[in-house]
Formats: sequence, structure tokens, C-alpha cells
Amino acid sequence: MEIFTNIPCISIVLCLMSGVICSVLNWKAARIWTYTVNFLLACASFAVLIYTISTGEAFVFRMGHFSAPWGNEIRAGILEAVLAMFFSIIMLFSLLAGSKHIEADVKESKRKYYYTLVNLMMSSLLALVYTNDIFTGYVFVEINTISACGLVAIKDDGQSVVASAKYMIMSLLGSGTFLISICLLYDITGHLLMSDIKRAVGELLATGQYVEPFTMIISLMTIGLAIKSALFPFHAWLPDAHTASTISSSSILSSLVLKAYIVLLIKIFYRAIGWENILEAGINNIIFVFGIAAMIMGSVFAAAQKDVKRMVAYSSVAQIGYIFMGFGIGTTAGVIASLFHIFTHGAAKSMIFISLGGIKDVSHHSTLFKDIKGAGFRNKAAGIAFSVGAFSMIGIPLFPGFISKINYAQAAIEVGHGKMVLILVTLALSTILNCLYFFHALIDLYTPTDIDEYETLDMYGEREENPGFIKARPLYVSAICGFILLNFFIGIKCDLVLELLSKGLGMFG
Amino acid sequence: MSRKRSDFENSFFGKLSRFVNGEYTPFKEESGYSVDQTETERRLHDDFFKEAEWTKKQNEADSYVSEYEGWAETKGIKLYNRLYRILAGVVCVAIIAVLLYTVSMLPAFGNPDNPANNEVPERYIEKGLEETGAVNTVAGMILDYRAFDTLGESHVLFIATICVLVLLKINEEDEKEKKLAESDDRRLEPKNDMILRFGARFLVPVIELFGIYIILNGHLSAGGGFSGGAVMGAGLVLYLNAYGFKKTERFFTMRTFSIVSVSALLFYSISKTYSFITGANDIESFISNGTPGNIISSGLILPLNICVGMVVACTIYAFYAIFRKGNL
Repeated sequence: MEIFTNIPCISIVLCLMSGVICSVLNWKAARIWTYTVNFLLACASFAVLIYTISTGEAFVFRMGHFSAPWGNEIRAGILEAVLAMFFSIIMLFSLLAGSKHIEADVKESKRKYYYTLVNLMMSSLLALVYTNDIFTGYVFVEINTISACGLVAIKDDGQSVVASAKYMIMSLLGSGTFLISICLLYDITGHLLMSDIKRAVGELLATGQYVEPFTMIISLMTIGLAIKSALFPFHAWLPDAHTASTISSSSILSSLVLKAYIVLLIKIFYRAIGWENILEAGINNIIFVFGIAAMIMGSVFAAAQKDVKRMVAYSSVAQIGYIFMGFGIGTTAGVIASLFHIFTHGAAKSMIFISLGGIKDVSHHSTLFKDIKGAGFRNKAAGIAFSVGAFSMIGIPLFPGFISKINYAQAAIEVGHGKMVLILVTLALSTILNCLYFFHALIDLYTPTDIDEYETLDMYGEREENPGFIKARPLYVSAICGFILLNFFIGIKCDLVLELLSKGLGMFG
Repeated sequence: MSRKRSDFENSFFGKLSRFVNGEYTPFKEESGYSVDQTETERRLHDDFFKEAEWTKKQNEADSYVSEYEGWAETKGIKLYNRLYRILAGVVCVAIIAVLLYTVSMLPAFGNPDNPANNEVPERYIEKGLEETGAVNTVAGMILDYRAFDTLGESHVLFIATICVLVLLKINEEDEKEKKLAESDDRRLEPKNDMILRFGARFLVPVIELFGIYIILNGHLSAGGGFSGGAVMGAGLVLYLNAYGFKKTERFFTMRTFSIVSVSALLFYSISKTYSFITGANDIESFISNGTPGNIISSGLILPLNICVGMVVACTIYAFYAIFRKGNL
């Protein structure tokens, strides 16, 4: 079964190649090609998962004839395989559900480039998950940044271009900070491969050399990746970018792009710098404070919005706060809780964005609170999807959000007194705030309204100006069913997911 | 028995609800001379103040209101902007200071005992020629030892072009966009600049040849795909400036761009995947390193240099052309 070790390398290169191929195909062919590639990726990642579970250890794949510090290598364990599978499934569902919205939002001459960007984005996500070399990570961070900005800008109305410019500036600031930290790290350790860096860092710290640059490196790396994954004080680009783009882009950006940087950060913490060195430098406490602030402030901002899509985007800020807070706890339980929350938020938030697309179609092309009244009756699939996502985000049992919150609470009880109280109080407060704004949206969604007002719509919500919108319904509904099943799977089979995550994290060290 | 308050209007919650609805402002009533005071209230005050004094007071109140009315819009924003700039300056200076301090703590430049001078560059320098067949160690490093990074890097160029196309491409079928394109001054090209044309006639062939030389000798001397491609792209841009789009469109259109860059990138991906997989699984590869120093040597490095060079040249020309006229 050695042959399975080739899969990570082949899947990254396959995505790069299909991105290039899509730029010359007809857009319809490009779309089908992209679906096929993502489906294959999900299957291939599943095979890698089975293989790593059966061998019980992570494997290293040498890229070429030269072994690691000289050549490149990638590495796959259970955690990497699960993340790759999850990313490709979410990508596939988001694209399937949003296909007609892409047709409506993106001009025909540019549609094939949408799929080019999506494929290159997928390759960078996979590479960030599988990489074992910091510089390879940086190269694919670049691809990720540019394609994410392209996915926002491709809608080509004023709002999305401004949002993508804002996104680009902030994101490049993060890339630059990250690059500086890589340069400094190379200067004091002389390595780019993660395991060699860890060895060199251990030697340096044991002899007490370069302590100040080392602290600087950790902070720059954390800040750089925190800017890119929109931790609270650096979140200013997020609401615009996620609101202005077409729904597939919104769900990809919120569920995958933000998460890939967090995965890279945790990979660097565990494999390159060493988790115990992070704890010793106290960086986790700083992350913790920002995470707590993000949990509260993100929800407060979200509660103040008039637009549901913008509210959901601000809610992402709060959820990213949860993830960073978990890292900040500093225990393995906290990190596992955060990894689980990556899955929770990824599955729920992408579904909420997709459902908002359907709600928008039946509500005068707007997602303002005053316009969405009764939309849950007019577009039933979207209403159900929004409800499931909202319940998960609030943390109602059976849904993955509940398991996340329990995990955080359990992780909190194991740590010191001060942190425990702070985490529990913030969790409670944040849950109340989540209830506040998600129930506001839900109540509006299911407020019976005068259906005559919407007479221009037919029973499926098709509008005169947009003939053909309705043809996507079977695809949209089946993608939403997939999303709902995925959410329930994570929520109900949480033991399985948690076991995989803790085994995967064990392979990291 | 429930207790009812008859004067709900004047209770705290009554005031609060009116305040929320915008009917009541506690700050204005406190002064007693609010602008929209009713006539009856004014008469009440007349018992205590003379008419003249009243108007004087009211003028005072008016001026007080007008002084602070719209404060947020006029002075507040100005103050905020000034504060913002000062704080931004302070933050920048602080970051620069911290970074300079960090750099001062780093190992001295060029010191042979630096941590960066370890076994990694040692093998590149000592065994690079033997293992990759490239006389130019840098080419051997980026296209053989660390070819995966370079594969990503060449796709960065491609995706940058795609993003520029996404932002600036003009759709010929769209009336509004077409009109916008027609108002572009590229219609006035070529500019019939004799000096430029005369210079370009001699320079462009030399520049292109030099670019090709840099690419083909990438594994033998300094240079390679990235630098040679940049030179070739610059030559194309010079030709375009001298002779205009009509001449360049005879040999470089969207079609050319697609064929050249797509085939180059696909060749890069496929050949390198072959080499990754044979390398990782210890399968015998049919690519040999040849005799170092010959033009046909060093395995895949020469074809990969050509691919990278073509992608870079296309990217530079495409950037210029898209920014200039919104299409290739």
C-alpha cells in the first residue's frame, strides 16, 4: 500500500494543473472539470486517511531525488488527511450550491477564470496543509492570497473591487510580516525544514543565544498569520470581503481560507518552533487575550448590523476568536477543541453563506433584516439550512457547535483558576450574544408576511429579471442536504472526529 | 394589588422610551431654553424674565447649540484624522525601532561561523555539479533541489496575470465597456516617433537574442528563466511602444499567450511530477545529467528554464498590454 504515499504530491500538482487547464477551457467544461477534480481529491484524501490510520504513523514524501534539508518534502498524518478531505468536501459543496449564482454574478467572459482561481486556491490549501517546509508554506500563502483577492474582485461591481483592494492590502501586510519572520528564523537557525528548525531552536535556547530575535520571530509569525486569518484587532477587511463577494466565494473564504492559515500557524507552532517554547515565551497568553476580545467584540459588532450577510461575516470574527482562544489555553485539550472548532465553523458558516444566497433570491435581492421577513417560507431549503447553521453556531445539542463549546469548557476546567473563570464567563456571554443575533435573523426569517408583496416571484422564487435561476434548484438543494448531513455527522459522530484529531495531533510532535 | 403610576410620561422609563424614539432629548431641556420651546412655556418664563432678557438668553442658547451642532461631522472627523495620523506614525516608528533592534542582534553578515553556513549550502556547493549537472549552482538549487517551490512560484506569476485579466479585461460584446475602450488613447498609436522606431529596430533583436541567451545558458552561467524571461518581456514591450498594437497583434494575441503559458506550465508540472514520483519511489528515471558544461546537459533544468522564461516573458508583456488596452 506504499502507493498511497504518492497521493498528497499528486493532488497538489493536479490542482495546479487543472487551474492552468481551466484558463483555456470553455467555462462549462471548466466547471465540470473542477467538480470532478474536487470529488477525486476528497476520495484521494480519504484513501490517505485510511492509509495513515492503518499504519498508525505519519509519512514523509520526498519531492524528487534529494532528501529533506536539501530538497523539498511534504508530510501527511491523520490530521493532514482529515483536513484535506474536509477542505475538498466543503469546496465541492460550495461550488455546487453557488453555481447559478456564479453565473448571475460573474460575467461570461470571466467565468472560466473563476474556476482557474478556485483550482489554484485548492492547490494552495492542500499545500498549506501538507507542507513540511516553511518556505514552501510561504510560496503557497502567496498563491492563496492572490486567488482569494481574485475571488472577491471577480464579481466586478464597485463594492467588491473596493473590498478586494482592502483585503489585498491587509493580506499583503500579513504576508510581509510572515516573510520577515521566515528570514529572521533562517538567519538564526540556518534551516527551512520544520523538523530541522525545531532541533536548531532547541540548541539555541539551551545555550541562551538569540533569545530576543527568537521572541520577535514568534510574534511576527503570529501577527502575520493572525492578520490573514482576521483575528480581532486585524479583522477590518473581513466583513467587506465576505459580504461583497458571490456566495461561493464567501463560503470558501470564510470556511477554508481563514482556516488554512490557522492550520499553518499551529503546524509551525508544533513542528517548527516547539509548543513548549511557545508556552515558555508566553505567546499563548497574548493569543488568549486577543481571542477572548475577539469572541466578545465580534459578536457585539455582529449584533449591531442591519444586513444579515454582514452580520454572519462579523460572526466569523467571533468564531476565529474561539479558535485562537483555544490555542491560548496552552493545553492539548485546548488545541484539540480549537481543531474541532475549525471543522464546526467550516461546516456551519459555509452553509449559512450558501443559504443566504437562496434567501437573497426571494427577498428583492437584498439580505437586509427588513427584506428577509418570511423568506424561510418562500425558499424552504435555504431557510432550513440557515436554521441548522445558526443552531450550530449558537451551540444547541446534536449540532457540532455544542460539542465545540463543551470541549472548550472541559479544557477550561483543567487549567488554572484565572483562565478558567475568564473562559467560562466569556463562553456564556458569547453564547448569549450569538443567540441574540442569530435568533433575530431566524425570527425575521420565519415571520409570516403578505405573500402578495412577492407576487413577481413564482413558487420557487424565480424572478422575471433572472430567468433560469430556478434550473439550479436540484443542485442547490442537494448541496444543502450534503451540508446538513455533514453538520449532523460532525455533531453526532463527534467521538470519531475528536479521536482522529487527537491522534493526528499526537503525530505532529 | 398592582401599583400603577399615573405619570408614565415623566417616569424614567417613559423618558427612556421617548429618548429612544427620538421625541425627547434630556440635554436640551435641562438648559431650559431649548430652541423648540412652546409658546406656553415661554409665557411662564415671562413672569420671571423681561422680554429683552429672554431674547438675549435665547440667542445665547442658539449660539450654544449652533456651536456644537454638527460637531462630529466637522471638527470631530478632523480631530480623529489628526489623531489617526499621529498614532499611525507612532506605531510605524515603534515597529521600525523594534525591527532594527532585532536586526542588530542577528549574527554578523558574512561571518563563516553563521548558523546559515551549515551542511545545506555545503552540499549545494560541493556536490551540486555532480548531482544536478548544472554549472550554475543557483539554477541547480531552484530547479532541481527545490523544484517544488519554483513550481509554486511560476504559478504565482500565472495567477497574477489571471487576476489582472479578471480586473481589467474588456468584454467586446458589452456596449458600455466597448465605448470605454474606444475612448482609450491607444487608438492614436503608433506614435510615429522616429527616434524610438529607429532605436527599437536595432535594439529589439539584440534584446530578444540576449534574453534567449540568458535562458539557454541558465544552467551554465549566471542567469536563468526568471531573469531571461524578464529581458525578453521588456524587449516585447519596447517593440510594442515603438510600433503599436497592430504590429504585435500579428504574432502575440490572447491565443498565443494561452498556448505558450499553458503549455509551458503544463510541461513543467508533468515533467516535474514524473521526477518527483520517480525520485520518491526510487524508480530509475530516464533523465540523465549529461556532461556538465555542455549546452544539452543537467537533465530537466534546461527545459524548465525555457518554460519559466516563456511564462515570465508572457506575464510581463501581458501585464503591459492589459493595463494599456484591457486585453491582449
